[in-house]
Formats: sequence, C-alpha cells, structure tokens
Amino acid sequence: MARKLMISVSPHIKSPLTTQKIMLDVIIALIPALIASVYFFGLRALIVTLFCIGVSVVAQYLFELLCKRDIEVGDLSAVVTGMLLGFNLPVTIPLWQAAIGSVFAIIVVKELFGGIGHNFANPAITARIMMLLSFSGTMTNWARLEGAELVAGATPLAALKEGATKELPSLLDMFLGNIGGSLGETSALALIIGGIYLVARRVIKWHTPVCFVATVFVGSLLYSGFDVNFALYQILSGGLMLGAIFMATDYSTTPPTPLGKVVFGIGCGLITLVIRLWGTNPEGVSYAILLMNILAPYIVKLTRHKIFGAKKITKGGAAA
Amino acid sequence: MALKSVKIPHRKNTKDAKPIRMDAPQLLYFSAVQHIGAPAKPTVKIGDEVKVGTLIFEAAGAISSPVYSSVSGKVKKIEDMLQSNGTYQQCIVIENDGQMTLDESIKAPEINDYESFVSAVFASGVVGLGGAGFPTAVKLDVKDVSRIEQIIINGAECEPYITSDTRTMLDRADDIAFGVELLKKYLGAKNIIFGIENNKSECIAEMKKIAGVEVKALPSIYPQGAEKVLVYNTTGKVIEEGKLPIDAGVIVINCTTLAAVASYVKTGLPLVEKCVTVDGSAVNEPKNVIVPIGTPVSAVFEFCGGFKEEPAKVIYGGPMMGVSIADMNVPVTKQTNALIALNEQDATPKKTTSCIRCGRCTNTCPFGLAPVAFAKALEQNDMEAMKHLHANLCMECGCCAYVCPAGIPLVQQNKMAKAALAAYLKKEKEEKK
Repeated sequence: MARKLMISVSPHIKSPLTTQKIMLDVIIALIPALIASVYFFGLRALIVTLFCIGVSVVAQYLFELLCKRDIEVGDLSAVVTGMLLGFNLPVTIPLWQAAIGSVFAIIVVKELFGGIGHNFANPAITARIMMLLSFSGTMTNWARLEGAELVAGATPLAALKEGATKELPSLLDMFLGNIGGSLGETSALALIIGGIYLVARRVIKWHTPVCFVATVFVGSLLYSGFDVNFALYQILSGGLMLGAIFMATDYSTTPPTPLGKVVFGIGCGLITLVIRLWGTNPEGVSYAILLMNILAPYIVKLTRHKIFGAKKITKGGAAA
Repeated sequence: MALKSVKIPHRKNTKDAKPIRMDAPQLLYFSAVQHIGAPAKPTVKIGDEVKVGTLIFEAAGAISSPVYSSVSGKVKKIEDMLQSNGTYQQCIVIENDGQMTLDESIKAPEINDYESFVSAVFASGVVGLGGAGFPTAVKLDVKDVSRIEQIIINGAECEPYITSDTRTMLDRADDIAFGVELLKKYLGAKNIIFGIENNKSECIAEMKKIAGVEVKALPSIYPQGAEKVLVYNTTGKVIEEGKLPIDAGVIVINCTTLAAVASYVKTGLPLVEKCVTVDGSAVNEPKNVIVPIGTPVSAVFEFCGGFKEEPAKVIYGGPMMGVSIADMNVPVTKQTNALIALNEQDATPKKTTSCIRCGRCTNTCPFGLAPVAFAKALEQNDMEAMKHLHANLCMECGCCAYVCPAGIPLVQQNKMAKAALAAYLKKEKEEKK
C-alpha cells in the first residue's frame, strides 16, 4: 500500500464547531449594539470600537510572537475582547487611553495567564475597571449626540442615585438606547437581540443573563417597595444588559453547568444591587462580574452535574 | 430526567441494501480473542483438515467463547498476528479448499431446560454482536431466572453508517421471533422490550409483528444504544456503579445476537459468518456483506468494488466508538459490525486548539462526567480528586470529544484518567490488606 493508515482514538468524526465559529457568532451578536452605538453616539463610536479591536489583535499577535507561542489570533477571541472593551468606554475616550485599556485586557488579563481559556477574570471587564480607576475623568465623561454635536450629560443611573427622577429619560428611550452611557451598553433592545441570537445558536445558555437581570429586577422591586418603574429603570440602565448577556457568559471565567450559571447569575445580580443601592458608585455591574469571576472556581466545584449511577464515596475509602 | 446526548449525522446509506454473501477468500485468519474474557485455546494442529463449523478454538474458562471454522480446508499456520485493536494474538490460518463442506457433527442442539439452553448458547460461540463481544452465555447464566424482570432487545443502532442490525431486524425477523420464544420458554421472560431508534420505522413495524413483546421507539440520539443509557430510557432503571444490568433485574441483548442464538438452536450451525456494513467516503460500493469470520478486511473491501479514493483511515466498527486499524490484513471477527473507510478529507482530525472551558463536554456527557476536570486531576496526579470525579464511569462513547470546539482528544484523555485511577484503586486495595 502506498501510504500508511491514520490511527487515532475514537471518535473518528467530530462536530464542525470550532472556537473561531463560536467567536464569530459572538461578533455577529454584537453587531446590532454596534449599529445602535453609531446611531446614538455618531461615527466616533465605530472608530473607538475598531481601534480597540485593532490594538487587541495586534497586542495578542505581538505577545505570542515574542513568547514563541502558537499564534492564536485566528480564533477571533481578541476581536471579541476588543469589541467588548470598546462598548464599555464613553464615546469621548481619548484613543491613547483606549489603547492602554486594550493592551491591558489582552496582555495582563489574558495572555499572562496563558491565553484563551486560562484567564480567571474577564479581560474587557477588568480593563474597564482598571481604566475607571486610572482615567476616572475621561471614563465618566458621558456625552450624547444632539443634532451633530456631542453634549455632556449624566447617565440615568447617576440620576437615579441622586434621586433626580425628573431628569430621567423615558423608559422607551432607555430601552432603545437613546441615553447617556458607555457606547455599546445603552441599547437594551440591540443587546437583547444579540442575546437571543447567541441562545438560539447555542453559544450561550439563558441561565446567567436571565438570573442576573431577574435578580436585579426583583431586588430593586423589594428595595423600592414594589415600584415597578424604578425596577425597570434599574435593569435598563448602566452596563447590566451588556454585562449579563456578553460578559457574565464568558466561558473561561464562569461555571459551565446550568446550575453553576444560575448561581453565578444570581450572585452577579446581588453584588450589582448592593453596589448600586448602597455603594458610593452609581454602577456595579463590572465589579459584580469580576468578583463572581473570582468565586467561579468554587462555584464550579460545588455545581457539577450529578453523576448517573455513581456511588457515594466514603471518606478516605474506596468506592464502597 | 433525560440523559444528555448528542445529535450526530446518521449516514445510514446502506439501510436498504440487503446483505450479500461473499465467497470466502483463499486464506482465513481466526483469532483466539473475539470476545471479552480469556483467549480461547486452539484444538487443531498444523495440517489438520477442518470443515465449516469445526471447532478450532475451545473456550478457556468460564468467561470465554469457542471459535469455529467458517470454511473447509487445512490448517496452515498457528501464529501470533496483528489484530484490529493493535495487539498481537494467536491466530489459526486456514487454507480454504473452496468446497465449503459442512462438518458432519452439526445438528440442532437438544434443549429441554434453562441449563441446557445456556450450554447451547455457550456452544454456539455467540458473543455480544453489537460490538462489545461479551459472551452471551455468560450474560444469560444468571443462576436464578426469577431475578429477570425485563429483557431488553437492543435495536437502537445509534452509531452512524452501521445498518447491520437494521438488516437483521428486517431480513431475519423470523430468527428474532424464534429467539424471543426461546427467551420466554427457557428464561421465563414475561417482559421483553425492543429499544429501537425512531429513524428505523420499518424495523419498528417489523418487530411489532412479534407477539407478546413491547416495542419502544426511542429518539435517534447518540448514545441511545449504550447499555446503561438504553436500560434507563426503556425501563427508567439506573444501573449503579460497579453493578451489572442483572442486578437491576435487566438483561440487554443485541438483536443480531438474539438472531444468531436462534439460528444456532434451529440448525446447530455455530456462529461462522457475520453481516458487516461496509461504507465510508473512500468505498466504491457501500453495501451490507455477509462475511465469513476470519476474512481479511482487505478482501471485504475488494468485494465492495475497492476504493474510489485512497483510504486515509479504516475503522473497525462505528466512527464514534470503533477502532482505527493500522493494517488491512486484520481479519473480520465475531463482533465486527462495520468497516468504514474514510478519505483524506473525512479522516483529517479537527485541529486541536486551547480549551476555552466552554463546558460542552460536561454538558453533553450522558452520565454528567467532567472530562476537563479529569485532565486536570491527571496532570496534578490527584487521584483522590479523580475518585470523586468518577472517571471510572466513563464509557468512552465519545460525545465529549465530538462536541469539543477545540478538537481536544478527550476520549484519549479519559482513557488515561481511567487507567491511572484503576491503578491507584488497585494499590489502595492492596495496602488495605
């Protein structure tokens, strides 16, 4: 025979799914929010997002080249990270700050821990927090497009915090995204469309986003003495939808099982509530996700699937 | 609660292909190991004349099975030869005289009670023909037949490509019906359940014609035909760790196995041939072939018109759990139910990339195991953790590796994890003594 036969352990057929296809689906799911951001904040929203993507990809490529590691930029995960970080920035952010954030997300949070799958914290979230602490002025310089001009304005969350309910935009504007905030987080509608796409494509499960948002909603209801309006403003404002749908569902930093995802989602919701309602910061979604990322390994251990037919193991002994 | 599963392509291209009997080649190779258990012992020497149905290997001990010649001719050699699983085993090489003379001693066995039925099954040389190869007589030898609450006939055939069980149900329905009668008569079985995937509606209709059995149409999902899965999906019973189906009052028999037992009881001709599905992207004429046991794989492919493309991988069994073979001279054995030859494109494995911890492996494992956690425990040599992860329960069905987007060979890792855990538990046991 001319050639030798291939030998491998079964199975000999594999699903066509790859990491790259998963990441491509996430990118597709983020497109509605990208379009909304350009609509509400102008072309600079697109520039900031593309800039973050570019810096992220180049940073990962150069780092992997320097470390003589496999070049994994083809899996598109750096594109997702860059896109998400861009979505977490105000449209007025200076590009050099966005560059620092992107490099931090990719190199410090992801690559230094071993690259994709090895990071314990969400790169975009951690970079946003780093930037919020380092560049607090520009990171909270919220502006909205009015006519062709960007004008400064408070976010609904800040207004809620100060009890200035009269300054709040309408719930419809909140839902559509015609409000101040980070460029990709404002349109709940666009983000939910993306989320439904991801669930339909089985890229993410519904458990985390639903539990996260529901916890914030129910908690706000209880806190406000069943003020439905207040609770709706809470779930439609800030980074909740973006965080719940796209960041709290990140694979490597969250638990894999449905039960684990429920616990993770509720935990994120509770921490968000505590920060928003009793903390000094108006927004708590990023801190909530980061804190839960740290707890994730423990949740993973406690929420494994029940094993079919398994016997209980007596302490120190073999399977009885 | 439903067990997790995966949807895999069915590729049952040969389901309408009635099996065609091929002529035996000039040289046939009979392995001593065509079953789970002790290798059988040769009963013939070089130069001996054999006929169709002549005993050439006798069972060595209780968990073993005899082997019979599928042709008439002369014993040419007895030597160790490469087998499908990559090991070398003792083989008897028989030169076919082309006469196919039947051994005179062949006559229908005398059966009048449970014991004589079990010994007849033992003598038939029949083993689990679904692919596992567990001696059927050992399975039926439950000592006390009152333990049997249900007998499940496995017609799930959940592996892609394979249609040999489908053909058995369609073409040998009378054998299966006779087998059911035997089970009722000698095992006192009252509750006989056929488990068949719903992509085989003709088989379901055919089996429904058999009196006094229940036919369950099961979803066509993988691994529906795995023993523990099938028992759970047909009866709701859970086979506990370390237990056999009979401990839960259940016996599972593959439909082709049952037909083979019935055919032996009718005629006295032991298991000497096997219906094999030949398919795959490299095969010229995919079909079902009745192959004399001992025929080299290469001769079976030749019978199917050879290859239209050079095969890059040849699988012995289904693509999910079958073994890839290194050499096409390995023989067809009792358990061979399919030979799949894949072309370069189909055989090329998905590139392995980093684990992204998506959790698809644990979320699709029928038993809820966590392959990624096995790998970690193995890396850290933490066998206490491995014990709690129950790596030993992995049945190597391949769902995890199938769905993995990173193309990680998870079954390979699981096998290593299982071996390491088994060694650790053995040592632990010895230390306790």
